Amino acid sequence: MQPLDPALDTLAKLLIHNARVMGERPAIRHKNLGIWQTWTWSEMLEEIRAFSVGVAELGLKRGDKFAIIGSNRPRLYWAICAGQALGAVPVPIYSDAVADEMAYVLAHAEVTLAVVEDQEQVDKVIAISDRIPMLGRVVYDEPRGLKDYDHNRLIAFEDVQRLGRKKLAEDPDCLRRWEAAVAEGKGKDLAIILYTSGTTGRSKGVMLTYENVIVSSRNGNAFDHLGPEEDVIAYLPMAWVGDHVLSYVQSYVGGFCVNCPETPDTVVDDRREIGTTYAFAPPRVYENSLTLTMVRMADAGPFKRKMFDFFIAFARRWGEQILDGKKVPLGVRILYAIGDFLVYAPLKNRFGLSRIRVAYTAGEAIGPEIFRFWRAVGLNLKQLYGQTEASVYVTAQPDGEIYADTVGTASPDVEIKISDGGEVLYRSPGVFAGYYKDPEKTAEVLTPDGWVHTGDAGFIDHKTGHLKIIDRAKDVGRLNDGTLFAPKYIENKLKFYPNIREAVAVGAGRDFVCAMINIDLTAVGSWAERNNVVYASYQELAGHPLVYGMIAQHVDEVNRSLAEEEVMAGAQIHRFLILPKELDADDGELTRTQKLRRGLISERYAPLVEALYAGATTAEISTQITFDDGHQGVIAARVAIRDLKPYPLPAAAKMERAA
Amino acid sequence: MRAPSSPEVRAGEVLLAVDDVSLSFGGVRALTGVSFDIRKGEIRAIIGPNGAGKTSMLNVINGFYQPQAGRITFKGEVRKAMRPSAAAEGGIARTFQNLALFRGMTTLDNIMAGRTLKMRRGFFWQLLRYGPALNEEVEHRHRVEEIIDFLEIAAIRKIQVGRLPYGLQKRVELGRALAMEPELLLLDEPMAGMNLEEKEDMSRFIIDVNQQYGTTIALIEHDMGVVMDLSDRVVVLDYGRKIADATPDEVKRDPEVIRAYLGEPGA
Repeated sequence: MQPLDPALDTLAKLLIHNARVMGERPAIRHKNLGIWQTWTWSEMLEEIRAFSVGVAELGLKRGDKFAIIGSNRPRLYWAICAGQALGAVPVPIYSDAVADEMAYVLAHAEVTLAVVEDQEQVDKVIAISDRIPMLGRVVYDEPRGLKDYDHNRLIAFEDVQRLGRKKLAEDPDCLRRWEAAVAEGKGKDLAIILYTSGTTGRSKGVMLTYENVIVSSRNGNAFDHLGPEEDVIAYLPMAWVGDHVLSYVQSYVGGFCVNCPETPDTVVDDRREIGTTYAFAPPRVYENSLTLTMVRMADAGPFKRKMFDFFIAFARRWGEQILDGKKVPLGVRILYAIGDFLVYAPLKNRFGLSRIRVAYTAGEAIGPEIFRFWRAVGLNLKQLYGQTEASVYVTAQPDGEIYADTVGTASPDVEIKISDGGEVLYRSPGVFAGYYKDPEKTAEVLTPDGWVHTGDAGFIDHKTGHLKIIDRAKDVGRLNDGTLFAPKYIENKLKFYPNIREAVAVGAGRDFVCAMINIDLTAVGSWAERNNVVYASYQELAGHPLVYGMIAQHVDEVNRSLAEEEVMAGAQIHRFLILPKELDADDGELTRTQKLRRGLISERYAPLVEALYAGATTAEISTQITFDDGHQGVIAARVAIRDLKPYPLPAAAKMERAA
Repeated sequence: MRAPSSPEVRAGEVLLAVDDVSLSFGGVRALTGVSFDIRKGEIRAIIGPNGAGKTSMLNVINGFYQPQAGRITFKGEVRKAMRPSAAAEGGIARTFQNLALFRGMTTLDNIMAGRTLKMRRGFFWQLLRYGPALNEEVEHRHRVEEIIDFLEIAAIRKIQVGRLPYGLQKRVELGRALAMEPELLLLDEPMAGMNLEEKEDMSRFIIDVNQQYGTTIALIEHDMGVVMDLSDRVVVLDYGRKIADATPDEVKRDPEVIRAYLGEPGA
């Protein structure tokens, strides 16, 4: 690893540096009242410095923790840097976290100050303030609705900046002291604590140093040749390491511009207006765009639909080869160019992907069909495998070496190995400094010689030399007859179908595999409209016999594809049901990053699982549901169960099991 | 949800007074001798069971109906027969129970339409889109964007209103009324047909409008719960007559109101 320049080893130092060498270049944009507002690096330095001096006046000092709660707005990113300049440690929190989760994290991190977006977040913080005794002032960005609140504790972002500017103007020594505080920061210092919404138990605070995040970002930028010309859009939760690195650290290291959407609902339009060149998104985003496209096309006129179908089929055949720069016949190139003009370019433009040079999918496995679709239409989509504990990068796919079912080779400066139990381990300069106030958990994950246990089971693919991840190591189990059971592998196959939003496979320690399925309301709703299926609620649609019939077909196709794979053939789905409610993070069934919480699901839906294995044809369930406003209700339903006939196993697998 | 009205509002200046108003359509008496007032800066609710005359009352205030008897005083002046457009120019804006939006136009254009009365330049200037007319349009657009931001409808700015779900259409209609910068905002069943979440959102917007812009609001509502949380004072109508006029808490306990809503005990 190339060591960090001590003059550029913290974010605040990088900010001052960028303001000096490219002061007039755009650093951040925000769409406000329908118009994109831009701040250059030197303007941003002034804003951040004013806020930084202001919060220092409010008492924030080196070593203090402070919370950041809200959606992606310039001022919240500024607050992160402003606190870091003083040596304080930011703790970004998922803004959709329910009060209980939020209270736990704020208290555990011992935050003394909170910078929040608006009234909604202020209300949440006030509601839990008796559980976070060390919390002092609460700074808010958006003043609406807060006029009549008690301002002994609350203070507006502008007022903090005003305080800072006044201080800077009155006290000639203040600027020098601030710069000295920045200079005091070192690469080994704690830069940020990111709480991971783990799939089990309480969230853990991952401590990352400046060196961790800056070296990782530098390597990431070099790997994909990212420079000051890039435009990215910041729309993923600020508490997620992916957003923190991409929209903040990589921007400071590479000097490129970060664009904050007008509201979380306008991201697609905003992205289209900006034309981002580099993107990072969980598979769900690509999945949703594809589902939306397919739904729209199903409603389009016959001519358009035929044209779309023809060119998409053509792209699936040739698109990836063209993208990878392989040799293809001239006729193919010409037809692809026509397809690009008629279909691919407009499609990419619709989702603001026209200018994309590199797009990553990470966080979860992406359905191979979804992945190939976007690559076929010319989007340079790549896979990346990362963790908060690694400051994102563990492996990534180099340009030209893209496979739908791998996550690539080790990123620069990263070493990987596979343990005897099949678990993936890595070591890199991005490896975290430990979990905050939790040395036991740290010791479980981080070995004394610097290796980190990912908790994921995987192997190095001999053909490509790439890493393949099959599932969480602890989730991989065996059926009673010894067949390997990797639930996520099966679930991902199911989730490829636009009609299936979420799936839970069960089977460890059982005789066969069963699945519980969530339908996708957008896709199935549109299908219902076209097929004259009348329904009044999600629950009714989910229980409709015709919907069952359609899902049964999908499950059957998944079984056929499982039957073709030697290792997985025994894990075909024998019985399934459709859940009467959507699995939801508010009910604790998914994490904030939309991963299944298996333990909780198997407990809550135990009656359904029992019915699946008891051979019943229906099952009763009553379960709790949390509405968006936080109030709770109970839904009760009778759920139907369908049986499927598995495909015969390939001979080889049978023999192996007989042996 | 809302702090009880401050003493200033209770004792505040009267913005609009209704005195002994009666209205009938042929033999049907919609309103009989109704009197009440609306004070500056308050949220005033008019409630009552179906057919109590609530919408008729709003239409009288709005100038849409002429009462056969009684008088209406707005900003200290007794109002003569007037057209709704005159009411609008005078600073009264309203929304409708069954929505009255331009369905083929976008959210943005619908709200811009609310600015029509504020446009000073004539038709030809507007057509030229040059100089003063352009500046004026920029200024109006800025104001409209503030409303879009306020009501959190940026995501639907360029979508045709006819394609929006009902709850959002209601919000666009509120936006158009706000674009007139009214002194008195009349809301005809703003929560009708909404689910709980939409109702809570709408309640928050109504309170925010009242606090942020200081707009006086008179609203008609069916849903008692919402009204009680929202308003400073409540008028209760039943069969065209006023049966109560007090704070939400007092109204809730009023035996006559309970009778009007729940019927005679044992009946």
